[in-house]
Amino acid sequence: MSLSDFVIPLLFVFVLIFGLAKKVDVFAEFVKGVKEGVQTVTDIFPSLFALMLAVGMFRSSGALDLISSSIAPLGEFFGYPPETLPLILMRPFSGSGAIALYENIISEVGPDSFTGRLASVILGSSETTFYTIAVYFAATKVKKTRHTLPAALSGDLALVVFATMFVR
Amino acid sequence: MKWFFSGLIIISLIFAVVNGKVSELTTAAVSEGGNAITLCFTLAGVICLWSGVMRVASQSGIIEKISNLFTPLLSLLFKGLNPKGAAMGYIVLNITANLLGLGNASTPFGIAAMRELEKEEHSSEFATNNMVLFVVLNTASLQLIPTTVAAIRLKHGSAAPMDILIPVWLVSAATLTVAVITAKLLQKSPKGL
Repeated sequence: MSLSDFVIPLLFVFVLIFGLAKKVDVFAEFVKGVKEGVQTVTDIFPSLFALMLAVGMFRSSGALDLISSSIAPLGEFFGYPPETLPLILMRPFSGSGAIALYENIISEVGPDSFTGRLASVILGSSETTFYTIAVYFAATKVKKTRHTLPAALSGDLALVVFATMFVR
Repeated sequence: MKWFFSGLIIISLIFAVVNGKVSELTTAAVSEGGNAITLCFTLAGVICLWSGVMRVASQSGIIEKISNLFTPLLSLLFKGLNPKGAAMGYIVLNITANLLGLGNASTPFGIAAMRELEKEEHSSEFATNNMVLFVVLNTASLQLIPTTVAAIRLKHGSAAPMDILIPVWLVSAATLTVAVITAKLLQKSPKGL
Protein backbone atom coordinates (compact mmCIF):
# COMPACT_ATOMS: atom_id res chain seq x y z
CA MET A 1 0.00 0.00 0.00
CA SER A 2 1.51 3.33 -1.00
CA LEU A 3 0.51 6.95 -0.82
CA SER A 4 -0.70 6.92 -4.40
CA ASP A 5 -3.22 4.19 -3.47
CA PHE A 6 -5.00 6.74 -1.29
CA VAL A 7 -5.26 9.50 -3.84
CA ILE A 8 -8.27 8.29 -5.79
CA PRO A 9 -10.55 7.07 -2.97
CA LEU A 10 -9.76 10.18 -0.91
CA LEU A 11 -10.53 12.42 -3.87
CA PHE A 12 -13.80 10.57 -4.39
CA VAL A 13 -14.85 10.91 -0.74
CA PHE A 14 -13.78 14.55 -0.61
CA VAL A 15 -15.87 15.45 -3.68
CA LEU A 16 -18.93 13.67 -2.27
CA ILE A 17 -18.69 15.28 1.17
CA PHE A 18 -18.06 18.71 -0.32
CA GLY A 19 -21.05 18.25 -2.64
CA LEU A 20 -23.32 17.19 0.23
CA ALA A 21 -22.18 20.18 2.26
CA LYS A 22 -23.08 22.46 -0.65
CA LYS A 23 -26.52 20.79 -0.86
CA VAL A 24 -25.87 19.26 -4.29
CA ASP A 25 -27.96 16.20 -5.24
CA VAL A 26 -24.80 14.14 -5.58
CA PHE A 27 -26.49 11.00 -6.92
CA ALA A 28 -28.47 12.78 -9.64
CA GLU A 29 -25.43 14.82 -10.73
CA PHE A 30 -23.17 11.75 -10.70
CA VAL A 31 -25.60 9.90 -12.96
CA LYS A 32 -25.80 12.87 -15.34
CA GLY A 33 -22.00 12.87 -15.48
CA VAL A 34 -21.93 9.14 -16.29
CA LYS A 35 -24.35 9.78 -19.13
CA GLU A 36 -21.99 12.42 -20.53
CA GLY A 37 -19.17 9.90 -20.15
CA VAL A 38 -21.00 7.29 -22.24
CA GLN A 39 -21.55 9.94 -24.91
CA THR A 40 -17.83 10.76 -24.92
CA VAL A 41 -16.87 7.12 -25.34
CA THR A 42 -19.25 6.48 -28.23
CA ASP A 43 -17.98 9.68 -29.88
CA ILE A 44 -14.30 8.72 -29.71
CA PHE A 45 -14.65 5.02 -30.49
CA PRO A 46 -14.72 5.08 -34.34
CA SER A 47 -11.57 7.22 -34.71
CA LEU A 48 -9.81 5.32 -31.96
CA PHE A 49 -10.61 2.06 -33.73
CA ALA A 50 -9.18 3.31 -37.04
CA LEU A 51 -5.99 4.68 -35.50
CA MET A 52 -5.29 1.69 -33.30
CA LEU A 53 -5.72 -0.51 -36.35
CA ALA A 54 -3.14 1.50 -38.31
CA VAL A 55 -0.64 1.65 -35.44
CA GLY A 56 -1.12 -2.07 -34.68
CA MET A 57 -0.50 -3.04 -38.30
CA PHE A 58 2.60 -0.84 -38.38
CA ARG A 59 3.95 -2.53 -35.24
CA SER A 60 3.42 -6.03 -36.61
CA SER A 61 5.05 -5.26 -39.98
CA GLY A 62 8.53 -5.34 -38.48
CA ALA A 63 9.21 -1.83 -39.79
CA LEU A 64 10.56 -0.72 -36.41
CA ASP A 65 13.12 -3.56 -36.24
CA LEU A 66 14.31 -2.90 -39.76
CA ILE A 67 14.67 0.84 -39.19
CA SER A 68 16.44 0.37 -35.87
CA SER A 69 18.96 -2.13 -37.29
CA SER A 70 19.67 0.17 -40.22
CA ILE A 71 20.38 3.20 -38.02
CA ALA A 72 22.36 1.22 -35.41
CA PRO A 73 25.77 2.22 -36.91
CA LEU A 74 24.74 5.88 -36.72
CA GLY A 75 23.72 5.36 -33.09
CA GLU A 76 27.06 3.79 -32.22
CA PHE A 77 28.82 6.72 -33.82
CA PHE A 78 27.15 9.04 -31.31
CA GLY A 79 27.88 6.66 -28.44
CA TYR A 80 24.38 5.26 -28.29
CA PRO A 81 24.08 1.64 -27.15
CA PRO A 82 22.30 -0.21 -29.99
CA GLU A 83 20.10 -2.09 -27.49
CA THR A 84 18.16 1.07 -26.72
CA LEU A 85 17.25 1.93 -30.33
CA PRO A 86 14.18 -0.33 -30.67
CA LEU A 87 12.95 1.12 -27.34
CA ILE A 88 13.32 4.69 -28.60
CA LEU A 89 11.41 3.81 -31.78
CA MET A 90 8.69 1.81 -30.03
CA ARG A 91 8.06 4.30 -27.24
CA PRO A 92 5.94 6.82 -29.21
CA PHE A 93 3.64 4.05 -30.50
CA SER A 94 2.95 1.72 -27.64
CA GLY A 95 3.31 1.95 -23.88
CA SER A 96 3.01 -1.78 -23.29
CA GLY A 97 5.31 -2.53 -26.25
CA ALA A 98 7.94 -0.19 -24.82
CA ILE A 99 7.69 -1.79 -21.37
CA ALA A 100 8.15 -5.24 -22.94
CA LEU A 101 11.29 -4.07 -24.78
CA TYR A 102 12.58 -2.31 -21.65
CA GLU A 103 12.25 -5.48 -19.54
CA ASN A 104 14.13 -7.31 -22.27
CA ILE A 105 16.99 -4.80 -22.25
CA ILE A 106 17.55 -4.64 -18.50
CA SER A 107 17.31 -8.39 -18.04
CA GLU A 108 20.24 -8.63 -20.47
CA VAL A 109 22.45 -5.74 -19.44
CA GLY A 110 21.34 -5.30 -15.80
CA PRO A 111 19.35 -2.34 -14.43
CA ASP A 112 22.37 -0.50 -12.98
CA SER A 113 24.61 -0.57 -16.05
CA PHE A 114 24.93 2.54 -18.23
CA THR A 115 22.69 1.03 -20.92
CA GLY A 116 20.18 -0.09 -18.28
CA ARG A 117 20.07 3.35 -16.68
CA LEU A 118 19.80 5.03 -20.06
CA ALA A 119 16.85 2.79 -20.99
CA SER A 120 15.23 3.55 -17.61
CA VAL A 121 15.53 7.29 -18.10
CA ILE A 122 14.24 7.06 -21.68
CA LEU A 123 11.16 5.15 -20.55
CA GLY A 124 10.62 7.26 -17.42
CA SER A 125 10.84 10.62 -19.20
CA SER A 126 8.64 9.93 -22.23
CA GLU A 127 5.05 9.35 -23.22
CA THR A 128 3.27 7.41 -25.99
CA THR A 129 3.31 10.39 -28.34
CA PHE A 130 1.29 9.01 -31.28
CA TYR A 131 -1.25 7.33 -29.07
CA THR A 132 -1.82 10.53 -27.09
CA ILE A 133 -2.22 12.65 -30.23
CA ALA A 134 -4.65 10.11 -31.74
CA VAL A 135 -6.81 9.75 -28.63
CA TYR A 136 -6.97 13.47 -27.80
CA PHE A 137 -7.80 14.67 -31.28
CA ALA A 138 -10.23 11.79 -31.81
CA ALA A 139 -12.39 13.47 -29.16
CA THR A 140 -12.81 16.55 -31.38
CA LYS A 141 -13.84 17.28 -34.95
CA VAL A 142 -10.36 18.56 -35.80
CA LYS A 143 -8.93 17.10 -39.01
CA LYS A 144 -5.74 19.16 -39.31
CA THR A 145 -3.55 18.86 -36.26
CA ARG A 146 -1.21 21.57 -37.64
CA HIS A 147 2.11 21.71 -35.79
CA THR A 148 1.23 19.10 -33.13
CA LEU A 149 3.33 16.27 -34.56
CA PRO A 150 6.51 18.29 -35.32
CA ALA A 151 6.43 19.90 -31.86
CA ALA A 152 5.81 16.58 -30.08
CA LEU A 153 8.54 14.83 -32.06
CA SER A 154 11.01 17.65 -31.38
CA GLY A 155 10.45 16.81 -27.72
CA ASP A 156 11.11 13.11 -28.35
CA LEU A 157 14.28 13.93 -30.27
CA ALA A 158 15.43 16.23 -27.48
CA LEU A 159 14.79 13.38 -25.06
CA VAL A 160 17.26 11.13 -26.88
CA VAL A 161 19.94 13.83 -26.75
CA PHE A 162 19.35 14.92 -23.14
CA ALA A 163 19.09 11.34 -21.84
CA THR A 164 22.70 10.52 -22.81
CA MET A 165 23.89 13.84 -21.43
CA PHE A 166 22.28 13.47 -18.01
CA VAL A 167 22.84 9.75 -17.48
CA ARG A 168 26.57 10.04 -18.03
CA MET B 1 -5.19 12.53 -40.17
CA LYS B 2 -6.05 10.89 -43.48
CA TRP B 3 -2.34 10.87 -44.47
CA PHE B 4 -1.26 9.53 -41.11
CA PHE B 5 -3.86 6.77 -41.29
CA SER B 6 -3.33 5.65 -44.89
CA GLY B 7 0.45 6.25 -44.72
CA LEU B 8 0.90 3.92 -41.75
CA ILE B 9 -1.14 1.16 -43.38
CA ILE B 10 0.62 1.42 -46.75
CA ILE B 11 4.08 1.49 -45.13
CA SER B 12 3.05 -1.49 -42.99
CA LEU B 13 2.24 -3.59 -46.04
CA ILE B 14 5.52 -2.68 -47.76
CA PHE B 15 7.60 -3.52 -44.69
CA ALA B 16 5.61 -6.68 -44.01
CA VAL B 17 6.40 -7.93 -47.53
CA VAL B 18 10.10 -7.02 -47.15
CA ASN B 19 10.32 -8.71 -43.74
CA GLY B 20 8.17 -11.68 -44.71
CA LYS B 21 5.67 -10.83 -42.00
CA VAL B 22 2.49 -10.63 -44.05
CA SER B 23 0.72 -13.27 -41.95
CA GLU B 24 1.54 -11.30 -38.76
CA LEU B 25 0.18 -8.20 -40.48
CA THR B 26 -3.07 -9.97 -41.28
CA THR B 27 -3.36 -11.18 -37.70
CA ALA B 28 -2.80 -7.63 -36.45
CA ALA B 29 -5.40 -6.20 -38.83
CA VAL B 30 -8.00 -8.69 -37.64
CA SER B 31 -7.20 -8.60 -33.93
CA GLU B 32 -6.43 -4.91 -33.44
CA GLY B 33 -10.11 -4.03 -33.72
CA GLY B 34 -10.78 -6.24 -30.72
CA ASN B 35 -8.01 -4.46 -28.84
CA ALA B 36 -9.64 -1.13 -29.69
CA ILE B 37 -12.93 -2.38 -28.25
CA THR B 38 -11.20 -3.68 -25.12
CA LEU B 39 -9.46 -0.35 -24.67
CA CYS B 40 -12.73 1.51 -25.14
CA PHE B 41 -14.45 -0.62 -22.54
CA THR B 42 -11.60 -0.07 -20.08
CA LEU B 43 -11.62 3.64 -20.84
CA ALA B 44 -15.42 3.72 -20.66
CA GLY B 45 -15.44 2.61 -17.03
CA VAL B 46 -12.86 5.21 -16.03
CA ILE B 47 -14.34 7.98 -18.17
CA CYS B 48 -17.84 7.41 -16.77
CA LEU B 49 -16.50 7.34 -13.21
CA TRP B 50 -14.61 10.61 -13.63
CA SER B 51 -17.38 12.32 -15.58
CA GLY B 52 -19.69 11.51 -12.69
CA VAL B 53 -17.25 12.69 -10.03
CA MET B 54 -16.37 15.81 -12.00
CA ARG B 55 -20.01 16.66 -12.53
CA VAL B 56 -20.57 16.58 -8.75
CA ALA B 57 -17.36 18.54 -8.19
CA SER B 58 -18.24 21.25 -10.69
CA GLN B 59 -21.80 21.64 -9.33
CA SER B 60 -20.39 22.19 -5.85
CA GLY B 61 -17.77 24.69 -7.03
CA ILE B 62 -14.62 22.67 -6.28
CA ILE B 63 -13.29 22.85 -9.84
CA GLU B 64 -13.43 26.61 -9.75
CA LYS B 65 -11.40 26.68 -6.54
CA ILE B 66 -8.68 24.34 -7.83
CA SER B 67 -8.47 26.20 -11.10
CA ASN B 68 -8.00 29.49 -9.28
CA LEU B 69 -4.83 28.08 -7.71
CA PHE B 70 -3.10 26.98 -10.92
CA THR B 71 -4.63 29.33 -13.45
CA PRO B 72 -2.15 32.22 -13.10
CA LEU B 73 0.71 29.94 -14.17
CA LEU B 74 -1.22 28.17 -16.92
CA SER B 75 -2.65 31.42 -18.29
CA LEU B 76 0.90 32.34 -19.26
CA LEU B 77 1.04 29.23 -21.46
CA PHE B 78 -2.51 29.09 -22.76
CA LYS B 79 -2.94 32.55 -24.26
CA GLY B 80 -6.46 33.89 -24.63
CA LEU B 81 -8.17 31.05 -22.79
CA ASN B 82 -10.88 32.02 -20.30
CA PRO B 83 -9.26 31.34 -16.90
CA LYS B 84 -12.65 30.56 -15.35
CA GLY B 85 -13.88 28.34 -18.19
CA ALA B 86 -14.47 24.60 -18.11
CA ALA B 87 -11.58 23.97 -20.50
CA MET B 88 -9.04 25.53 -18.13
CA GLY B 89 -10.58 23.53 -15.29
CA TYR B 90 -10.04 20.24 -17.08
CA ILE B 91 -6.54 21.26 -18.21
CA VAL B 92 -5.62 21.87 -14.57
CA LEU B 93 -7.06 18.50 -13.53
CA ASN B 94 -5.31 16.71 -16.40
CA ILE B 95 -1.94 18.21 -15.49
CA THR B 96 -2.43 17.47 -11.78
CA ALA B 97 -3.30 13.84 -12.57
CA ASN B 98 -0.25 13.60 -14.85
CA LEU B 99 2.08 14.95 -12.17
CA LEU B 100 0.77 12.39 -9.69
CA GLY B 101 1.13 9.61 -12.26
CA LEU B 102 -2.59 8.81 -12.31
CA GLY B 103 -2.56 7.79 -15.97
CA ASN B 104 -6.08 6.38 -15.79
CA ALA B 105 -7.45 9.69 -14.59
CA SER B 106 -5.42 12.03 -16.78
CA THR B 107 -6.68 10.67 -20.13
CA PRO B 108 -10.42 11.24 -19.39
CA PHE B 109 -9.60 14.76 -18.10
CA GLY B 110 -7.55 15.38 -21.22
CA ILE B 111 -10.35 14.24 -23.50
CA ALA B 112 -12.81 16.45 -21.63
CA ALA B 113 -10.39 19.38 -21.90
CA MET B 114 -10.14 18.90 -25.68
CA ARG B 115 -13.92 18.88 -26.05
CA GLU B 116 -14.26 22.04 -23.96
CA LEU B 117 -11.46 23.74 -25.91
CA GLU B 118 -13.33 22.88 -29.09
CA LYS B 119 -16.46 24.58 -27.75
CA GLU B 120 -14.76 27.64 -26.27
CA GLU B 121 -12.41 28.35 -29.15
CA HIS B 122 -14.79 27.35 -31.98
CA SER B 123 -12.15 25.27 -33.73
CA SER B 124 -12.93 24.34 -37.31
CA GLU B 125 -11.19 21.43 -38.98
CA PHE B 126 -7.94 23.12 -37.88
CA ALA B 127 -6.70 22.63 -34.34
CA THR B 128 -6.33 25.85 -32.33
CA ASN B 129 -2.97 26.88 -30.85
CA ASN B 130 -4.13 26.03 -27.36
CA MET B 131 -5.31 22.57 -28.45
CA VAL B 132 -1.91 21.86 -30.01
CA LEU B 133 -0.07 23.13 -26.95
CA PHE B 134 -2.21 21.04 -24.64
CA VAL B 135 -1.67 17.84 -26.64
CA VAL B 136 2.07 18.55 -26.89
CA LEU B 137 2.22 18.93 -23.09
CA ASN B 138 0.62 15.51 -22.81
CA THR B 139 3.08 13.89 -25.22
CA ALA B 140 5.86 14.86 -22.82
CA SER B 141 6.19 13.12 -19.49
CA LEU B 142 4.97 15.16 -16.52
CA GLN B 143 5.06 12.32 -14.03
CA LEU B 144 6.99 13.21 -10.87
CA ILE B 145 7.69 9.65 -9.69
CA PRO B 146 8.45 7.09 -12.45
CA THR B 147 6.78 4.25 -10.56
CA THR B 148 6.56 1.74 -13.42
CA VAL B 149 10.25 2.06 -14.26
CA ALA B 150 11.24 1.84 -10.60
CA ALA B 151 9.08 -1.27 -10.12
CA ILE B 152 10.65 -3.03 -13.12
CA ARG B 153 14.17 -2.04 -11.99
CA LEU B 154 13.45 -3.47 -8.55
CA LYS B 155 12.14 -6.68 -10.08
CA HIS B 156 15.40 -7.08 -12.00
CA GLY B 157 17.54 -6.67 -8.87
CA SER B 158 18.57 -3.03 -9.10
CA ALA B 159 20.60 -1.86 -6.09
CA ALA B 160 18.96 1.59 -6.20
CA PRO B 161 15.78 1.56 -8.30
CA MET B 162 15.06 5.22 -7.62
CA ASP B 163 18.50 6.66 -8.40
CA ILE B 164 17.29 7.51 -11.91
CA LEU B 165 14.91 10.05 -10.37
CA ILE B 166 17.10 13.13 -10.83
CA PRO B 167 18.06 12.33 -14.45
CA VAL B 168 14.40 11.61 -15.20
CA TRP B 169 13.41 15.04 -13.82
CA LEU B 170 16.14 16.85 -15.71
CA VAL B 171 15.43 15.03 -18.97
CA SER B 172 11.64 15.46 -18.63
CA ALA B 173 11.97 19.17 -17.90
CA ALA B 174 14.38 19.72 -20.79
CA THR B 175 12.20 17.70 -23.18
CA LEU B 176 9.06 19.56 -22.14
CA THR B 177 10.78 22.92 -22.62
CA VAL B 178 11.95 22.00 -26.12
CA ALA B 179 8.50 20.72 -27.11
CA VAL B 180 6.66 23.80 -25.79
CA ILE B 181 9.12 26.23 -27.41
CA THR B 182 8.83 24.39 -30.74
CA ALA B 183 5.02 24.51 -30.49
CA LYS B 184 5.10 28.25 -29.73
CA LEU B 185 7.50 28.94 -32.61
CA LEU B 186 5.60 26.87 -35.16
CA GLN B 187 2.20 28.35 -34.31
CA LYS B 188 3.19 31.58 -36.07
CA SER B 189 2.99 29.98 -39.48
CA PRO B 190 -0.63 30.63 -40.51
CA LYS B 191 -1.71 27.17 -41.58
CA GLY B 192 0.73 25.29 -39.43
CA LEU B 193 2.12 22.30 -41.20
